[in-house]
Amino acid sequence: MKLDDLLKQTNEWLKETGPECEIVMSSRVRYARNLKGIPFSHWAGTKQRKKVLSIIEPVLLRNSCLKNSLFLKMDEVNAVDKQFLVERHLISRELASGNSSKAVNISEKEIFSLMINEEDHLRSQVMQSGFNLNEAFRLIEKLDLELEKSFDFAYDRRWGYLTACPTNVGTGMRASVMLHLPALVMTKRVRRILESITKLNLAVRGLYGEGSEAAGNFFQISNQVTLGRSERELIDGITRIIKQIINYEQKARDFLFEDSKKQLEDKIFRAYGILTNARIISSKETIDLLSLARLGINLNILPGINIKTVNELFILIQPAHIQKIEGRVLDIEERDFKRAQLVRKKLKA
Amino acid sequence: MLCDICHKREATIHVTEIINNEVQEIHVCEECAEKKGMVTKQNFGLAGFLGGLADFGFTSEEEAVNEVELKCPGCGLTLTDFKKIGRLGCDRCYETFQKALLPLLRKIHGTAQHSGKMPAGTGKELENESDLGRLERELKRAIEEEEFEEAAKIRDKIRDLKEKNKREKKDEA
Ligand SMILES: [Zn+2]
Ligand SMILES: [Zn+2]
Repeated sequence: MKLDDLLKQTNEWLKETGPECEIVMSSRVRYARNLKGIPFSHWAGTKQRKKVLSIIEPVLLRNSCLKNSLFLKMDEVNAVDKQFLVERHLISRELASGNSSKAVNISEKEIFSLMINEEDHLRSQVMQSGFNLNEAFRLIEKLDLELEKSFDFAYDRRWGYLTACPTNVGTGMRASVMLHLPALVMTKRVRRILESITKLNLAVRGLYGEGSEAAGNFFQISNQVTLGRSERELIDGITRIIKQIINYEQKARDFLFEDSKKQLEDKIFRAYGILTNARIISSKETIDLLSLARLGINLNILPGINIKTVNELFILIQPAHIQKIEGRVLDIEERDFKRAQLVRKKLKA
Repeated sequence: MLCDICHKREATIHVTEIINNEVQEIHVCEECAEKKGMVTKQNFGLAGFLGGLADFGFTSEEEAVNEVELKCPGCGLTLTDFKKIGRLGCDRCYETFQKALLPLLRKIHGTAQHSGKMPAGTGKELENESDLGRLERELKRAIEEEEFEEAAKIRDKIRDLKEKNKREKKDEA
């Protein structure tokens, strides 16, 4: 597989096939691991990072979970392609920037992504469509068991898997779920609900970038605690809370549909009108309008549009994707023009 | 006074550490001080440093505190580095900065004891004599922290391990 092949396919987790996918966009489980006796990547010298890469690379290349993978050394990837991988949720911003000997291994359907020399030696993630932490957990366990046969991971009976950041130590596991909560945002209940979540040892982030405001009503919820509870307990804990939030969002959608259907329809059709007619459009505006369109499809207000197309557009309209599709570097003005063109074409197809 | 780390040798070095704005006194023997990488910025051994205090014109205890810093023997990271970057440097850092880490881990995770999976084969480690020391440390900690249920479990493990070792020795003889 080559990097440009990714552009021709839709990420598996966008295919809207998983459970509860009307409200849950995707589920992800990540494990952080380090090799015994070598400084963690963020603190290691050039030679040590090279050594980490030379130990991990051959093992991943022959791993049965990762057949036909794409293995990329970040030194050999240009800036637009790095951004492209970030936009597809395949690498972190941290991996896209800074020092040498960083690499990523991306599995055929973009389900597995393994980052080498991020702040830890190895960070593996599994992505799934919809609310499916269980399947993501099963797959990453399978991968981890196999990796363990080849690596001596830094581990201590008291502190578990040792990681660069004390917030990851223990299981090294971060389970996260991406939720689409437009009705809770419209009914102004989202803030209160999400605030109560942070008291339950869960963290909440907006979809596009750390710390930034949630664009498109997407929220990512993940476990804050990694130590003192088993992987299974952590997955079950977050699952219970997510089920409640899904329930709240569903009720808010029902309420909007019954109580203010006309206003809701107006909002959604206006969004659709702009998306299918605009000539110049920014990514922020596109994301917010696509969010309304997505709600409209789920509520059967907007007929005749495939939800997969809308999901895919959330990724395709981002800056590096627009440039990859056009095959050249574009300035902001050109991107806003090309973006409007792409959205019209996709929604009218 | 016995050494805070090994509890065997006489403590001849007395260090004041400031962790989370709390002043802590540590009393250690020379050997443990070496092992823990408590060296000065001038790279003298700690003993040498303390012995040479007068020569360098250090008089107040406060100044001495600033000069002596915990440094990880595995990667060279100091406590100051850790506080600055919020990341540890290597797997040995966890042991080195234990004292500063334990309260931090409890704050983040509500506990400082792992209970998730372990790498395959780790269970067998228990059968090793060298683990007796670790178990005894764990027992001490459990009692100190009044985790009596945990302590009882560890005590059972220690008993089993000792009996097993005895049997093995008999077999050898
Ligand atoms: Zn000692
Ligand atoms: Zn270290």
